[in-house]
Amino acid sequence: MKTVTLTVKQAPELYLECENITPDTFAGKKADEIAQLPAYQGKEDTTLGEYFTIAGEAGATAAETQIILKGDCSKMKYIGIKMTAGEVIVNSSTDMYTGGWMKGGKLVVKGDVHSFCGLGMEGGEFLIEGNAGNYLGASYRGDWRGMQGGIIRVKGNVGSDVCTFMNGGELIVEGNADVHIATHAEGGRIVIKGDVNRRVGGQMVKGEVIVFGKIGLMMPGFKYIKDVDLEVDGTKARFAEHIGDLGERHPTRKGEPVYGKIFLKK
Amino acid sequence: MAEYLIKNGHVFDPVQHIKGDKKDIAIKDGKIVETSALSPAAKQIDAKGKSVMAGAMEIHAHVAGPKVNLGRWYRPEDKLFDSHKTPGMTRIEGGKSIPTVFKTGYEYARMGYTFAMEAAMPPLYARHVHEEIHDTPIIDEAALPVFGNNWFMLEYLKNHEIENNAAYVAWTLNQTKGYGIKIVNPGGTEAWAWGLNCLSVNDPVPYFDITPAEIITGLIETNEYLGLPHSIHIHGNNLGNPGCYQTTLDTLKLAEGFKAKNNFGRKQVMHQTHLQFHAYGGDNWGNFESKAKEVMDYVNKQDNLTIDTGNVTLDETTTMTADGPFEHHLGGLNHLKWANVDVELETAAGVVPYIYSPDIKVCAIQWAIGLELALYAKDPMRCFITTDHPNAGPFTRYPRVIKWLMSKKARDERLNTFKHTDKVIAATTLAEIDREITLYELAAMTRAGPATSLGLSKDYGGLKPGMNADIAIYNINPDKMPSDPEEIEKAFSGVAYLFKDGKICVKDGIVVDNGNKRTFWVDVKVKPNKQVAHDVKEKFLKYYSVNEANYSVPDSYAPHPYVIAVDATQ
Repeated sequence: MKTVTLTVKQAPELYLECENITPDTFAGKKADEIAQLPAYQGKEDTTLGEYFTIAGEAGATAAETQIILKGDCSKMKYIGIKMTAGEVIVNSSTDMYTGGWMKGGKLVVKGDVHSFCGLGMEGGEFLIEGNAGNYLGASYRGDWRGMQGGIIRVKGNVGSDVCTFMNGGELIVEGNADVHIATHAEGGRIVIKGDVNRRVGGQMVKGEVIVFGKIGLMMPGFKYIKDVDLEVDGTKARFAEHIGDLGERHPTRKGEPVYGKIFLKK
Repeated sequence: MAEYLIKNGHVFDPVQHIKGDKKDIAIKDGKIVETSALSPAAKQIDAKGKSVMAGAMEIHAHVAGPKVNLGRWYRPEDKLFDSHKTPGMTRIEGGKSIPTVFKTGYEYARMGYTFAMEAAMPPLYARHVHEEIHDTPIIDEAALPVFGNNWFMLEYLKNHEIENNAAYVAWTLNQTKGYGIKIVNPGGTEAWAWGLNCLSVNDPVPYFDITPAEIITGLIETNEYLGLPHSIHIHGNNLGNPGCYQTTLDTLKLAEGFKAKNNFGRKQVMHQTHLQFHAYGGDNWGNFESKAKEVMDYVNKQDNLTIDTGNVTLDETTTMTADGPFEHHLGGLNHLKWANVDVELETAAGVVPYIYSPDIKVCAIQWAIGLELALYAKDPMRCFITTDHPNAGPFTRYPRVIKWLMSKKARDERLNTFKHTDKVIAATTLAEIDREITLYELAAMTRAGPATSLGLSKDYGGLKPGMNADIAIYNINPDKMPSDPEEIEKAFSGVAYLFKDGKICVKDGIVVDNGNKRTFWVDVKVKPNKQVAHDVKEKFLKYYSVNEANYSVPDSYAPHPYVIAVDATQ
């Protein structure tokens, strides 16, 4: 695997649209070619070379390419978007849409990410060492195709509207979450090690939400069924199983309706 | 204005029965003229090895107005990663199934279209329709106000008051700057306000106590009483349900015995739109099958009918129709999202995104039905190609539909790679059809035919001297038809030249001029009618949420009108 290192030399005045910072776009390119890749700042058509010092070179394919970003990337959007393979490591925080529609590979952000990150993710691994904003792993505005595969792990807290329209994949939050978790979900699994504010699983059709801490207020559409012993992310514990959202349509499998599930640690 | 001579092109013009002969076409002052009328200064365009046709005419598409915009509002994902600026004079273009007004105009022009009919204008929101039409560049447009569930109409036709109904239609066309009579799910959309629907032509409409059959024949009589350029334009009852072809045949049979009365060369009394959605057999989604042959056998022998196909293009799209109950039903089938607009005394509309997936048997059968309809049509002057944009697919897929119609190879390639190919072949007859549409037939199906059906055949749809100089030149050589069907799709995606009113608007697929777009509408003069004047006043006082004075579309909303005057006082 070959490594390209991008060091921020000038912070953008507005926000920089970095949809070209992915192993797929970099693959097969040398440092000077990467510097020529376009990047919008507002309506201005600029290049990555204007904002980054670029060292090293990319591998022949995305899978053989590692990208390391140094310096403050908190005003950079779209890093790692649609990546299919390879590795991106960001040593700071990033702005919106980081890791959106990711299909494979590994994306690590050592700081925080802003909102709309991991949108519609289909595969790969996305690790956020700080906190995440709102709409993590959700669908794009208006769309019904939220997170469908892959795994997102957040070491800190997450905002609201996490995994709206989730259809698959897994989100693990080691901290707390705000309101609206797994709204409209039709699959997938969310693990929250801390507390959740409220409104978990509204209009949920299928999927699982596992909460280790407290839920501020359980949605009225969920019903307690039984206690179960589960091993979740290496921890064995007893959980109270709830099904819902009972106000929503539910598909049937072998004659039995399939519900969304909330497991709350006893 | 500039003069042009288009030299050595293969001309396809059903109006003059020219089937690909080499012929020069001369343009002067926005009109097609005899070549002898040109001055030596005329610019020459070399069309050697290319096909020359009149500008294409879209007879049915949803391209402007409140329900199109509702689609744009609630489907931001339709523009995701698809909002782009191409080099040159064009503005930003965005959207796949519900494009921006700019993209709508540019894309039609790039494919060689010079006219589009907005297929359903709610009269109350006519201003919005005209605002969007005005902002759509290059192409001429018109809009059909919807009448099939209108309270005035329901009351007049219940008592068979054709003269009053005609006066009301004339008033509405004038107020809304509309083009003709559109009917959507006659009676059914109104019935839905009562929680019901009309699934056959004999289901009574609640409260109004009238049947869809009475509405349809009443509106045919009204249309011919007024002598409008276009006939009634109908989307019948029971759209989209397995077995609906019976309702369709019942609807088409209502036109029997009626004759077109007009001064515009129109021969049909009923235009049945997006027939694909109305040609289904079976009684559930499991035994769903094509009845295209049965329906087209009837259409072929009734020469007072015209149809358009409504071809499914196998894309993700946005369905939108004034058939409110159908959209509610569809939303319940695909569980995506549903939106509805109720338009007071007049109509309603629903919007639901839809994915026509090649992996779903029903979608693949729908695809086949659309093609079968065109391939079974005996008279290409009465069968027009549409996708009912955006319902069966975006209009930007016309080149692909044309490819499937012109090449059996392309059709078979698609047909044989479905997930359920065997079931699709069993439920349709497409695999048995060898016919390939010729360029001449295509010119009839997309130019001369729609122009005649719309009553515009005097000036549009052909290349006869005296006609309007709307001309498309395609990079396709009839002497050397490409063996690769993809070349057909490519040729129809970007014209070599598009002339609109004698001006070059597109060159080599690139928009170079915004043209002089006009809004077509029909101004009918009728005898003063006190009854209707009184009814209008009363309804506005009692029911409408707006004042009568705020209802009409002022001239400033259509600053470049092409008004067709009709005198129905005799």
